[in-house]
Amino acid sequence: MSEAAALGARLRERDLSAAPAVLNLVETRTRADEVAAMLREVSPAALGGEAPGHLVGITGPPGAGKSTLLSELVRAWRARGRSVAVLAVDPSSRRSGGSLLGDRARIDYDPTDPGVFIRSTAAGEQLGGLAPATRAAAQALSAAFDVVVIETVGVGQSETDVAEVADTVAVIVQPGSGDALQFIKAGIMDIPDVLVVTKSDLGQIALRARRDLHAALRSAGARDVEVVAVSSLPPADGIDALIDALEKHRAGLDVAARRLDARRHAALADFRAEHGERGLRALGGRRAAQRWLAGQEEGLEVPSLVQALSDRAAKESS
Amino acid sequence: MMRTYAGHSTAKKSNELYRGNLAKGQTGLSIAFDLPTQTGYDADHELARGEVGKVGVPVAHRGDMEALVEGIPLGDMNTSMTINATAAWMLALYIVTAEEQGVEARVLQGTTQNDIIKEFLARGTYAFPPGPSMRLIADMVAYTVEEVPKWNPINICSYHLQEAGATPVQEIAFSMANAIAVLDAVRDRVDEALMGKVFSRISFFVNAGVRFVEEHAKLRAMGILWEELGRDRYGVTDEKQLRFRYGVQVNSLGLTETQPENNVQRIVLEALAVTLGRNARARAIQLPAWNEALGLPRPWDQQWSLRIQQVLAFETDILEYPDIFEGSKVMEGLVAELVDGARAEMAIVAEHGGAVEAVDYMKGSLVESHRERIARIERGEQIVVGINKYSDSEDSPLAAGEDGGILTVDPGVEAEQQAALEDWRAGRDQAAVDAALAELARVAQSDENIMEATIAAARAGVTTGEWAQTLRDAFGSYRAPTGVGEAASGPPSESNEELVEEVERVSEVLGRRIKILVGKPGLDGHSNGAEQIAVRAKDIGMDVVYEGIRLTPSQIAKSALDEGVHVIGLSILSGSHRELIPSVMTALAEAGVDAPVVVGGIIPAADVAGLKECGVAAVYTPKDFDLQKIMRDIVSLVAERNGVAAPA
Repeated sequence: MSEAAALGARLRERDLSAAPAVLNLVETRTRADEVAAMLREVSPAALGGEAPGHLVGITGPPGAGKSTLLSELVRAWRARGRSVAVLAVDPSSRRSGGSLLGDRARIDYDPTDPGVFIRSTAAGEQLGGLAPATRAAAQALSAAFDVVVIETVGVGQSETDVAEVADTVAVIVQPGSGDALQFIKAGIMDIPDVLVVTKSDLGQIALRARRDLHAALRSAGARDVEVVAVSSLPPADGIDALIDALEKHRAGLDVAARRLDARRHAALADFRAEHGERGLRALGGRRAAQRWLAGQEEGLEVPSLVQALSDRAAKESS
Repeated sequence: MMRTYAGHSTAKKSNELYRGNLAKGQTGLSIAFDLPTQTGYDADHELARGEVGKVGVPVAHRGDMEALVEGIPLGDMNTSMTINATAAWMLALYIVTAEEQGVEARVLQGTTQNDIIKEFLARGTYAFPPGPSMRLIADMVAYTVEEVPKWNPINICSYHLQEAGATPVQEIAFSMANAIAVLDAVRDRVDEALMGKVFSRISFFVNAGVRFVEEHAKLRAMGILWEELGRDRYGVTDEKQLRFRYGVQVNSLGLTETQPENNVQRIVLEALAVTLGRNARARAIQLPAWNEALGLPRPWDQQWSLRIQQVLAFETDILEYPDIFEGSKVMEGLVAELVDGARAEMAIVAEHGGAVEAVDYMKGSLVESHRERIARIERGEQIVVGINKYSDSEDSPLAAGEDGGILTVDPGVEAEQQAALEDWRAGRDQAAVDAALAELARVAQSDENIMEATIAAARAGVTTGEWAQTLRDAFGSYRAPTGVGEAASGPPSESNEELVEEVERVSEVLGRRIKILVGKPGLDGHSNGAEQIAVRAKDIGMDVVYEGIRLTPSQIAKSALDEGVHVIGLSILSGSHRELIPSVMTALAEAGVDAPVVVGGIIPAADVAGLKECGVAAVYTPKDFDLQKIMRDIVSLVAERNGVAAPA
C-alpha cells in the first residue's frame, strides 16, 4: 500500500492523528495521484457506505461572530464527546500571493485535546469560493471525525460552494445587518438549512432581527428553516439549541443522495477547471455530462469520477 | 519628581532595591510588576513559566505587597504602579497594606497606570474583554475620587503607542480618544458635579522621541486639546482642573543594541523634549537605561539614568526661565499642524463609535505606521547612527564585563515564588477566601462597584491569580486584534519583487505555498517584531499563521502540526527565552513537528549558543534591522530543509 493510501486507511480506521498529513497531501498540487489514492481508501465503496461524520458548513459576513461562535460550538461538541475538525477558509487578499491566516486564534480550545483539529487555508484565487483541496479534505476527514466544519466568509458564492460539500449549511447573521435578509429576498442567497442570529444578548435588536428573518423566509417559501438565536458572550446561550438544530436537519436528510449529488457536481467542476469549455463540449455539453455521471457507480470518489470523465472526453474527441 | 522604573525577582529583593534608590535621592517609587502579576496569573500557572520575576516583581497577595514596601512609609510616598488589567487588585493590596501600617487610604498618593486600551493596542497585558475592562477602570475612578482622593486612578498612556510605531499625530489622537472613552464611562457612574474633580485626576504618560523639537510641540498640542475637551465635552471650568498633567518615560524604540553607548545621548536629547518649555513640562520623568535593548538594566545602569535627570535639573539653567517658546512662530506652526492632524484622526475614531470600538482600526494603523518606519530605516531614509549609518565601531568596553553588561535574574526565583505561594495558600483561612471570591463573582455579574469586594478579597488573603480567574469566569476571555490583517500591504519594491519570485519558485517545487507560523510564547505582549515579520512574510507571498501573543508551548506545537507549516518564527522580549524556547522545542518534538525554528527578540549574545544547541536554526536580535535579509534567510532555510535546490 502506498504512503498516501495508508493515510486514507488510517482515516478509515478513525485515526484522528492522520489529519495533519492528510491536509498536507491534499494541499500539494503536484501530488494529485496520491490524493486520488488516499481518497479511494475513504470512498463510499471502500467504507461500505457514506462517511459517518457530519459535514457542517458555517458561513456569514465578516464580523458576524463566526469564530467566537465556532469556539463555543467546538467546546459543546467536545462536551458531547464528538471529535471535531475545522477547516477555516480565510478570505485574505492575495495581491502578492501571500495571506494572513488568523482565524484559529479566535477559537479557544485545549491544545492537548487530540479530538480537535483546526486547519486554516487561504481562499486563494478562488475568490470567496472553496479551494478544491478543502473539499477533498472535508470528504476525507468525515471518515474519521464525528463533525467536520467548513468555515467560510461571505454570503453569496462561497455559501453556494459550501452547500455543495456540506450536509448542513448554517448561515450566521448579526442583528441589525439587513444583508442576509436582502440576499434571501433577492434570491442571491440560497436558503440555508439553519439560520443563526448571533449576539442575542443585544436583546430587542436581536429579537427584531429574528422576526424579520422569519418573515423573509416565509415570503421565500421556506417555512421550515430553523432560526436559532445564540450569544457567545459568557454565559454563552443557545449553543446546545443550535447543535440540536444542526443534528435535526441532518437526521431529516437523505445524506447519501446529497453527497452523491455533491460528488458528481464537484467532479464536473473539477473536470471543467482542468479541460475548460472545450472538454465539456467533447462530453456533449453540461447536461449530457450530468446524465452520463448519473449512470456511474455511486460509491466512486471525486478523482475517479474526474478520471472517468476525462477518459470519456478523450474517447469522444478522438 | 524623579523615579526609576524598578522591580525584579522577589518582593524582598525589590524592597532592597527601592530602599537603595530612595537613599540615592530618588523621590518616589515606580513599581515594575512581572508579567504573570500584570496579566492575572499566579506563579504556578502554565503561562507563568519562565516569566516569574523577569521584567518586574511578582505580587501574588497582600503578604507580597507588605514585603515589597517594608520599612517604606506609605503615607509619605508617591507610588507609581505600572499595572493595568489587574490595577483594581493591586490598588486594593496597596490600600490593605497601608492599613496595616496604620495609614489611611485618604492620604495615599500615587498612580495606577490602568490604561487598558493601549494594552489592546500595544503592550498586551490585558486580561478581560474591552467592555468589562472599561467597567473596572470606571469603578476604580469612581471609587478613588471619593475614598482615595489623592490617587491618580488612571494614567492614559500614549507612551506605548509610540513604541508600537505611532506617529506624533496618532499618539495624540489615539490617547485623547482613549481618555474620552474612560471619561464617558465614568460619567455614567459618578455624580455630574464630580466630573471636574474626575477630569483633574486623569493624568497622561507620554513618550518623547529623539526628534525633540517636534516632540515638544506634540506635548503643547496635547495640552491644548485636553483643555478644550474638558471645557466642551465635560463642562469643566476650573483652570486648575483643566491643566494637562503628564509624566514621561522617554523612547525605548529608538534605543539600539549596537553601539549602545549612543543611547545615552539619545536619552538626554529626549529628556529635553519634555523639559525645555515650561508651559508643557513633565511632572515626573523616568529615563530608560542605556542597555535596555540588550537585557535587564543593573542598579548601576539605573543610577546613570537618575544622574542624567539630576544634571539636567541642578546643573543646567532650564528651570530658571519662563516658557522659552512663547511667541515662537515655528513652534506655533508645528503645534497647529499637530492639533489639526489629531482632530482629523480623532474624528475617524469617533466615527467607529469611540476608542473601544475602534481598537481594530487603531491597531491596524499602528502596525502600518511601524511598517513604514522600518522600511524607511531599511532604505536609509531615516538615519539611525550605528545601525544604517556609521556602523563601524570599536569594541564597546561597556558591554564587556563578565555579566555582559546586563542583569540576569536567578532562575531559582520561579520555584522559590511557587513554594512561597503554596505556603501562603496553606496558611490562610480558606473559608474566608472562598466567601470573598463568591462575593467578588456576584458583584462582577452585577452593576455594583467592584472595589469593595476586591479590597475584602485582598484582606482575606486571595491571590492575584484567583482574583483574575474569578473575573475571567464572569467576563469571558479575550484575544486582542493583531492588526496584521488590517494593515495594508507595503508598496512593491525591487528587493521585494526578487523575494516574491523566490517564494513563488520554492512554493512551486514544494507543491504548496510556503507556510510560516509566527508565534509569541509566554506572557510578553510586545508584539511589534512578530507583527512586522508576519506582515512582511505575507507581503512576499507566504501563507502566514499568526495567532497573536500569549501562547503556551503546547498551543504553538498544536498549531504548527495542524497547520502543516514549513517554518516557525518565535519572538520573545521579556528575557524568558532561556526557559520558554527549550519548552517549545520539546513540545514540537513531542508533536512530531520537524519544521525549522528561528527566534527573534532581546537575546543576549551569551544565550545564542544555548538556543542553537537545543535546535534553533537562527537567532535575530534588534541589531538585525534588515527585515528583508531575515526573510531571505527564512526562505533559504525552508528550501534547504525540503531539498529544494538553490535558484540557477
